[in-house]
Amino acid sequence: MSASAPSGYPGGVRSAAAERASSRLDPLFAGLARFSGLAVLLLLGGIILVMATGGWLAFHTFGPGFLVSSAWNPVRNVYGALAPVFGTIVTSFIGLLFAVPLAFGVAFTLTEMAPRWLAGPVGTAVELLAAVPSIIFGMWGFFVIVPIMARHVQPALIHSLGKVPFLHPFFSGAPFGTGLLTGGLILAVMVTPFIAAVMRDVFLSMPPVLKESAYGLGSTRWEVMRKVVLPWSRSAVIGGIMLGLGRALGETMAITFVIGNTNRISASLFSPGNTIASLIALEFPESSAGSLKLSALLALGFVLMVISFITLACSRMLLRRTG
Amino acid sequence: MPTATSVNAGLARRRAAANLAATALAYAATAVVLVALASILVTLIGYGIGGLSLHTLITDTAPAGGHGGLLNPIVGSVIQVGLATLLGTPIGLLAGIYLAEFGGRSPLASTVRFVSDMLLSAPSILVGLFVYLLLVAPFHHFSGFAGVVALAILVVPIVVRTTEDMLRLVPVAMREAAAALGAPRWRVVVQICLRAAQKGLLTGILLAVARIAGETAPLLFTSLGNLNWSLSLNREMASLPVTIYQYAGSPADDWVQLAWTAALLITAGVLFINIVARIGLRGQNRS
Repeated sequence: MSASAPSGYPGGVRSAAAERASSRLDPLFAGLARFSGLAVLLLLGGIILVMATGGWLAFHTFGPGFLVSSAWNPVRNVYGALAPVFGTIVTSFIGLLFAVPLAFGVAFTLTEMAPRWLAGPVGTAVELLAAVPSIIFGMWGFFVIVPIMARHVQPALIHSLGKVPFLHPFFSGAPFGTGLLTGGLILAVMVTPFIAAVMRDVFLSMPPVLKESAYGLGSTRWEVMRKVVLPWSRSAVIGGIMLGLGRALGETMAITFVIGNTNRISASLFSPGNTIASLIALEFPESSAGSLKLSALLALGFVLMVISFITLACSRMLLRRTG
Repeated sequence: MPTATSVNAGLARRRAAANLAATALAYAATAVVLVALASILVTLIGYGIGGLSLHTLITDTAPAGGHGGLLNPIVGSVIQVGLATLLGTPIGLLAGIYLAEFGGRSPLASTVRFVSDMLLSAPSILVGLFVYLLLVAPFHHFSGFAGVVALAILVVPIVVRTTEDMLRLVPVAMREAAAALGAPRWRVVVQICLRAAQKGLLTGILLAVARIAGETAPLLFTSLGNLNWSLSLNREMASLPVTIYQYAGSPADDWVQLAWTAALLITAGVLFINIVARIGLRGQNRS
């Protein structure tokens, strides 16, 4: 140990004065660490404060009506948040609708079924999918998924579900390939790895004896999963889903490529739309500093922040309870 | 009336069928996710490899049809990601040290942990808007420095999380041994704990680099992108993700080709760093 110890390592011969000087750094170091911790809090406080200030002009001009107005008219200088908020919620909901079963399937496969040699590489591949930058999903969506949607999926849906009473408003319209459904599908692919990672970790953290006793009673794998593992891990699984929702709500680049970028509210899932994040990304360059339009975009950012922070806070609380 | 055994046989068949169906669906879900990843990679390679040449790597961007390359976005990305990592890592490390070594379960530490975890998943476009209002709007011009700050803000929570996790893996006995030798607290942390956890910490920093290298949204409102060669942090600065965004939707074929090549480069880089980091992490767990 002493041979590899760096010079000045305690245990070597050091003067009492040097020792005292060294100890005096302790409060300084602790203070620095604590200050960095506080800096994280200040960062969140700063983001909330600055976004609220930036959107103040729009909130002040339009009042609470900003939240329920679907207008977005730069010519008349009238702005409302409803259409992008609608698009954000619908695409995120569609995303989760597909992502949750996919993520559950992946986690089920990785923890209960796949042999070790398979689970390792598959797990890594799913984690790599989470690392792919969002703009890549956007390009992939635009050049690969949109044509498939336009040529195959949307016409098929229009001819099948589009003829069913009550369902047909959702599945009508022209099959452009872009729109809310396509955006939701891209989101599903993007958030599945995040939800799957949480589910896998929770399933693995379960005490094996609980599962073993269920197997000992003759349960099948699916019964163990449904009646033992899921009830035991329910709050963390919901926390993982909320985490995915938080990701989906604020996703910008991927959505911007495939959503169609039209500010309107329509029941049709094929209709081009907008989300808060895609509207900001698209309109921001055309907004001059200090204008009401810029303030309206910042106010939208504030709304997105409130929605996603509440979602993420819920997610963290649910995840912490079991963790 | 069915006998007891035939009821049992029917029940067993139904249970086995349910199990089989669940198994098949779970494997199918995994297959869908893997196919998506494979499709992304194949698409990137298929479209992107054609534009990958030495000329692309050593030539600046040029107007459409001007045989441009990707040199300034590559250099801009390296500068911004590098400086953001240098800026964000110390804060993240210190905050992580605070959580693992000093804060414990105190209310302040719990709050910091909670907020940091929230920032980890917060929409990155919000960070872009925040830095725009803080560093771009007051000075009336976009700047590479603002891009650096925006990316650094994304680095902090990632490093906080891995630092705390890795420091908690260091056995308490090592801290006690150092303290018993008379080492002050800061020496215990810096020379014992950080050193024992260094592989894991490096992994965290690598993951942070991989995460911010592909970020587009925070740069749109801060460093904006620049089609000319510029190394000044006080002016607009190009970056690969923003160049992809600008080029991908353009009607010019050569720009779209460059967008695909840039996408291939950035994805290859990000996935490579991730794989290296994961191998490093595996070593950490084994030791």
